[in-house]
Amino acid sequence: MTSQTKSEGRIVAVSRGQDMAFAVLGVAVLVLAMSLLAALIIDLMRDGLSRIDLQFLTEFPSRRPASAGILSAWVGTTLIMFVTALLAIPLGVGAGVYLEEYAPKNWMTDVIDVNISNLAGVPSIIYGLLALGFFVYALQLGQTILVGGLVLALLILPIVIVATREAVRSVPSGLRESAYGVGCNRWQVVWRYVLPSARPGILTGAIVGLSRAIGETAPIITIGALTFIAFLPPSPLQGTPPFVNFDWLDSPFTVMPIQMFNWLSRPQEAFHVNAAATGVLLLLMTLVMNGFAIFLRYHLRRSLRT
Amino acid sequence: MLEQNSEPMTLAALQNSGFLRRGRLLSQAMGVLLFLCAALSVLITGAIVWVLVSESWIFFSQIPLLSFLTDTQWTPVFTDAHYGILPLLTATLWAAGIAMAVATPLGLILSVYLSEFAGTRVREILKPILELLAAVPTVVFGYFALLFLTPLARQFIPGLSGFNLLVPGFVMGMMILPYVVSISEDAMRAVPMSLREGAYALGMSRLRTGFTVVIPAAFSGVTAAYLLAFSRAVGETMVVAIAAGQNPNLTGDPREGAATITAYIVQMSLGDLPHGSVAYATIFATGLVLFLITLAFNVLGFLLRRKFREAY
Amino acid sequence: MNISAPSIASQPGSIVDQKSSAPEGKASLRASVKDLKFWYGKFQALHGVSMPIYDRRVTSIIGPSGCGKSTLLRCFNRIHDLYPGIRYEGEIALESEDVNLVSKSVDPILVRLLVGMVFQKPNPFPKSIFENVAAGLYVRGMRNKSLLHARVEQALRQAALWDEVKDRLNKPAYELSGGQQQRLCIARALAPQPKLLLLDEPTSALDPIATAKIEELIDQLVKDVTIIIVTHNMAQAARISHHTAFMHLGTLVEFGETEQIFTNPREKKTQDYVTGRFG
Repeated sequence: MTSQTKSEGRIVAVSRGQDMAFAVLGVAVLVLAMSLLAALIIDLMRDGLSRIDLQFLTEFPSRRPASAGILSAWVGTTLIMFVTALLAIPLGVGAGVYLEEYAPKNWMTDVIDVNISNLAGVPSIIYGLLALGFFVYALQLGQTILVGGLVLALLILPIVIVATREAVRSVPSGLRESAYGVGCNRWQVVWRYVLPSARPGILTGAIVGLSRAIGETAPIITIGALTFIAFLPPSPLQGTPPFVNFDWLDSPFTVMPIQMFNWLSRPQEAFHVNAAATGVLLLLMTLVMNGFAIFLRYHLRRSLRT
Repeated sequence: MLEQNSEPMTLAALQNSGFLRRGRLLSQAMGVLLFLCAALSVLITGAIVWVLVSESWIFFSQIPLLSFLTDTQWTPVFTDAHYGILPLLTATLWAAGIAMAVATPLGLILSVYLSEFAGTRVREILKPILELLAAVPTVVFGYFALLFLTPLARQFIPGLSGFNLLVPGFVMGMMILPYVVSISEDAMRAVPMSLREGAYALGMSRLRTGFTVVIPAAFSGVTAAYLLAFSRAVGETMVVAIAAGQNPNLTGDPREGAATITAYIVQMSLGDLPHGSVAYATIFATGLVLFLITLAFNVLGFLLRRKFREAY
Repeated sequence: MNISAPSIASQPGSIVDQKSSAPEGKASLRASVKDLKFWYGKFQALHGVSMPIYDRRVTSIIGPSGCGKSTLLRCFNRIHDLYPGIRYEGEIALESEDVNLVSKSVDPILVRLLVGMVFQKPNPFPKSIFENVAAGLYVRGMRNKSLLHARVEQALRQAALWDEVKDRLNKPAYELSGGQQQRLCIARALAPQPKLLLLDEPTSALDPIATAKIEELIDQLVKDVTIIIVTHNMAQAARISHHTAFMHLGTLVEFGETEQIFTNPREKKTQDYVTGRFG
């Protein structure tokens, strides 16, 4: 009797010991991941934070690191993001809504499903090759902002589609049933009730997608974004009617990650400082966007619970 | 329109209503439009395959496949040009392999911890942190690998050169960790509590239950996570382009630098290649190899995940 | 039929007596179900149901869980058509129109414009009170502001909600209590003046006070609109309905005037159910 309880007691103690040891290990791994992230942020800021000033933000790149700036880079990033968002969000949301609200369960839908899943895993540089062969050469669009926006839109399309599908799926079925019950047709149900309800989730997905696009380098390099651009694309606004022009779409360009990569590839340490400064800004943008998306998602979960 | 007076409607009136008919047409038209958006994905895949195959045709029609697969040198722009993919391929696999060696144990520990041990509050804090790790641009990771980690590692690892495969491999491992944990943990949490309860009732520790009951039950989901992560590591570009160097090098020593497939494509794209030359076609030929490798792992991962979802 | 077993209807001062008197005049037919069969994929959920639906009367459908009462109700507004793999056979004939509501040639959306439904869990739209009630009117193309306001007010009065919300029509519907939300859903279904009003266990998610209010409401509503109600609460069926259909395993076991079903059922199964022997 006593020996049995004693050995049972030992089993329990060993189990508990194992669990505690593993919990410590789990926390240790987390600490490792967090400290890596922290080290990255600190290192980048230590190297580059001081370099960021108004001059840095408003100057073009130059042969001399001290007078170089990221004006063309951040303008290029902004313009490209505009094109990317304009393309990826409607197409992605449209595809997601189709798959959740309209698509019948047949082989065609399955094929589309597999395709989207596969595209999500295609390396970003392959998208660059696609854009190079198809947009730059086959369609003769040249190495322009338009193509840059196109390739990034294709890249983040799966992200937007998946986020839309999940957001639409979590719309309560009661809402759909009562909308149909009142006599709405499918489009009315989608447009008036499902999409507004799924909007926060879709927005979250769009933000995550755009944040990913901002940091992408490989596909943009591949389509031939020039790395030394000492000019800005033509302005979209003009003084004469029709007051808006689209020449900027046709312009060569650079973006921030490429500028960072370019400076990083130079041997001089002064350029590395510039690269670090660009990295700080990139990090700031992506972390803020993702942080906002996480906050939105948390907020959303909260409001659904009440 | 239908209700100018308050007389009740008849089905006939509804069927004849132009207003309703227009609404129905709009709904159908939107259905077609949305279908086109979804079908775009198939077109994109088709376009990728078409571009890769057609542009690399120039290459494969001139370079015998056997030498492509077995030549040990990759020197497409030299006068004595060699077109063996082995150097690029081994570098790619080395880097991805090191990444998996890092991500697999850490990923298993973290996902078991998050799914079996951590409470909801802890999880709600930690998963966002992992998401932030995944959000960092790869070029920033490349900077970190080249200018911080490599000098640091050189103090501990003798023979580590300025460009090497070890450090970017490690960094990639940490980069794919969030993917691995996210997919594995999803799979593990889908395993019903009843399976765990059986083990707990026998007196098993959470640790034991996690590894001997939950992981086998979630096996296809967890494996899918690692397959997809491997695919991601194989396709990664900037970290290796920056920190592993751009010199094709067939080596068994990860302390040396070597160009991966992706780094090579980047390097060529930075230069000026006449469109239509064999050298230009090399980026598509190597890209095709890369695409096929990642496709195989992606499809496998997708099928495993689907099989797992059907089981639970 | 041996009715020595106690029945809820045979108690002194029973609930059946408390129901308000039926509208004057002989009941005419509003719709009739003729040999209706229904399948979810391979599973046949309704086996040849036939019954009349009388104009401006409350018809209740009762039975144990899984007997197909909700399934039957949902055939009336074709809400099943939202899901794949379903099939109808037979007919639900709308008398005034000579049309079969479940026929393939009839667009389900048109059916839903003629038939209103209130669900078990109150599910107002995440919009204002006004927009909820007007939703069905917008779908029918009503644009005239004053007409819309008039119809919204009429529906809210019919649902006994007008006095409580008339000053806050633009406030979100979610601010209302559970019982008020359900009455809002009733108003929403009433606004387009449907030929049939379907109620699917409308009070099972509500507290007794809210339930009583809605039962009172139904008593008033039935003067203007034909009501079919599914309920698992026999006492409720006995209180508010004029006709009752008892279902079991997808078959209509018995149909008759409520008083007869509860005091003098013809079928043994019916008697077993209403006396509480099963279900």
